[in-house]
Amino acid sequence: MTLNRRAFIGTGAAAAAMLSAPMLGAQGKPRVVVVGGGAGGATAARYIAKDSDGAIDVTLVEPTRAYYTCFFSNLYIGGFRELSSIGHSYGTLASEYGVNVVHDWAVGIDREAKTVTLAGGAVLPYDRLILSPGIDFVEESVPGWSVAAQNKMPHAYKAGSQTELLKAQIEAMPEGGLYAMVAPPNPYRCPPGPYERISMVAHLLKQINPTAKILIADPKDKFSKQALFEEGWQKHYGGMVERIGPDFGGGNVSVNPDEMTLDIDGSVENVNVCNVIPAQKAGRICDMAGITEGNWAPVVPATMQSRMDENIHVLGDATSQGDMPKSGYSANSQAKVAAMAVRGALTDSKVFPAKFSNTCWSLIDADDGVKVGASYEATEEKIAKVDGFISQTGEDAALRKATYEESVGWYAGITEDMFG
Amino acid sequence: MYGNVVRSVVVSVALAAPALADEIGDAERGKEIFELCGGCHEVGNGAENGIGPHLNGIFGRNAGSVAEGFPYSDGLKRAGADGLVWHLDKLDAYLTHPKLLVSDTRMNFDGLEEPQDRADVLAYLRIYSDDPGNIPEADPTAIPAEVQLPEDILALVGDAEYGAYLSSECKTCHQADGNDDGIPSITNWPQEDFVMAMHAYKRKIRPHPVMQMMAGRLSDEEIAALAAYFRDIE
Repeated sequence: MTLNRRAFIGTGAAAAAMLSAPMLGAQGKPRVVVVGGGAGGATAARYIAKDSDGAIDVTLVEPTRAYYTCFFSNLYIGGFRELSSIGHSYGTLASEYGVNVVHDWAVGIDREAKTVTLAGGAVLPYDRLILSPGIDFVEESVPGWSVAAQNKMPHAYKAGSQTELLKAQIEAMPEGGLYAMVAPPNPYRCPPGPYERISMVAHLLKQINPTAKILIADPKDKFSKQALFEEGWQKHYGGMVERIGPDFGGGNVSVNPDEMTLDIDGSVENVNVCNVIPAQKAGRICDMAGITEGNWAPVVPATMQSRMDENIHVLGDATSQGDMPKSGYSANSQAKVAAMAVRGALTDSKVFPAKFSNTCWSLIDADDGVKVGASYEATEEKIAKVDGFISQTGEDAALRKATYEESVGWYAGITEDMFG
Repeated sequence: MYGNVVRSVVVSVALAAPALADEIGDAERGKEIFELCGGCHEVGNGAENGIGPHLNGIFGRNAGSVAEGFPYSDGLKRAGADGLVWHLDKLDAYLTHPKLLVSDTRMNFDGLEEPQDRADVLAYLRIYSDDPGNIPEADPTAIPAEVQLPEDILALVGDAEYGAYLSSECKTCHQADGNDDGIPSITNWPQEDFVMAMHAYKRKIRPHPVMQMMAGRLSDEEIAALAAYFRDIE
């Protein structure tokens, strides 16, 4: 971890002074810079621009012009969506809401000067900065794998070309071949995601390669919706899926991308596809800003402000905040709380109590959807879970179909909420 | 559960103070109180069964199933088979006096009389059960800020500005332009229909779990505010 020492000393170590005073930029209009155009950043940019009616200057920095959502990318692998249906652009945020969309990488943050430096050389001043960079991978977390090997052993945990590559590799598997997944340790993006992916890979293989096998090496004792997934795998894909948990060495793995082998606790498997999902950490820019503690950026629950710098808000997967899972829905929910806090600080608009919620839908097979969700509130310590629900095993087909259809509706809703 | 009727004007009070959820209790104090239990029970890294079962992972588990290989009393096993799950309220009752819940339990303990003592012990135990950040379905770690229910629900005049803020949560699923793909449109409803529907979810009369959860933590003013906002949305 590289702490930006100069900036860090400038503000002091600081869970202190989270009270915010209105402040104006040099041109009179307060400036908000948002780094990262996913579920957290796009939502925050849209809500601040929309609700401030032009009183706040909003710039969104996002390297890609076409953004592919991680949520529903497994459904592309399963054949339920076209890749193009999960791709989005930022045109409406610019044209309808007046957000300045800059397609570039943020490569440095000077917390004293309150500026963001872009790879192209531009320097953007801010009154409030919102970082929503998603995840990066912890180096060496899976021995033998590095980002340089991602074309041989894809992670497909940032959607787009990686997802396309993974699907192509699965489609090219020899008859009766082996797809292996190295599942990540906690905490990671989208707790049910790896297991929905297994379901979707199984769905695809059942159609094109029914004697193929699926192997999961998993460092975790248990995982979200486990009973629901295991019931579904048994029901739809009997005999196809094997999971090796930590009690049988599932946490002691290494890979060799050149040889296409996976070593689980000393026993070496030849694999046709190896989907390595490494351990995760906050997107690099958080480290560059010096606002991380361990792998994540701690935040103040009621406002999503960094605990190290009151002028920076952090959203979504990059944060450590308490009980919310790292999900697109969570990031979208947190973004609205942060947008309200930022507007309150910069324009004196009304600030209401923070409310957070999350639901994660997963598809197990055609028309067999399940969900888990919860509501959360801020305590002084953390965002705490206060209520929740989960689909039950043995539910009838009509309910599972309705749950899937609901997830499709949610996708349409959240993407409209993010991109306008 | 819903008889908590407060005859007062609530809206300004509710908005003035930030509605923070309550921690279950003070885990550090709970750790000290747990010394009372420590003769029989272990919890934490490497905890093992002793005179009583270890208590790792107790939140959200069926009674009589927490610790593998522990010889539970027939009463506790029966309670588990009958569907007793160790959520916060059940554990609180059990700590008040074990025989409240299980008549022939072997847990020979007179109970913790002070609610705060029980809350603190439970806050301490909660640390060693699943973390909702990783397993979203894991038991809650806090108690929601209380929602107050005054009378004259339908007569409330909603604050559309507050409704606009609250509606951001609805719009994660319900599209603002009124399109309906798998999730119903909620725009331009008559205010009264909206209010009735939301109260039916809140009281779990209508069945949908996501809506029950969402409505369950909205006060009457908040429902009125949403109704006012969605009635006039363009």
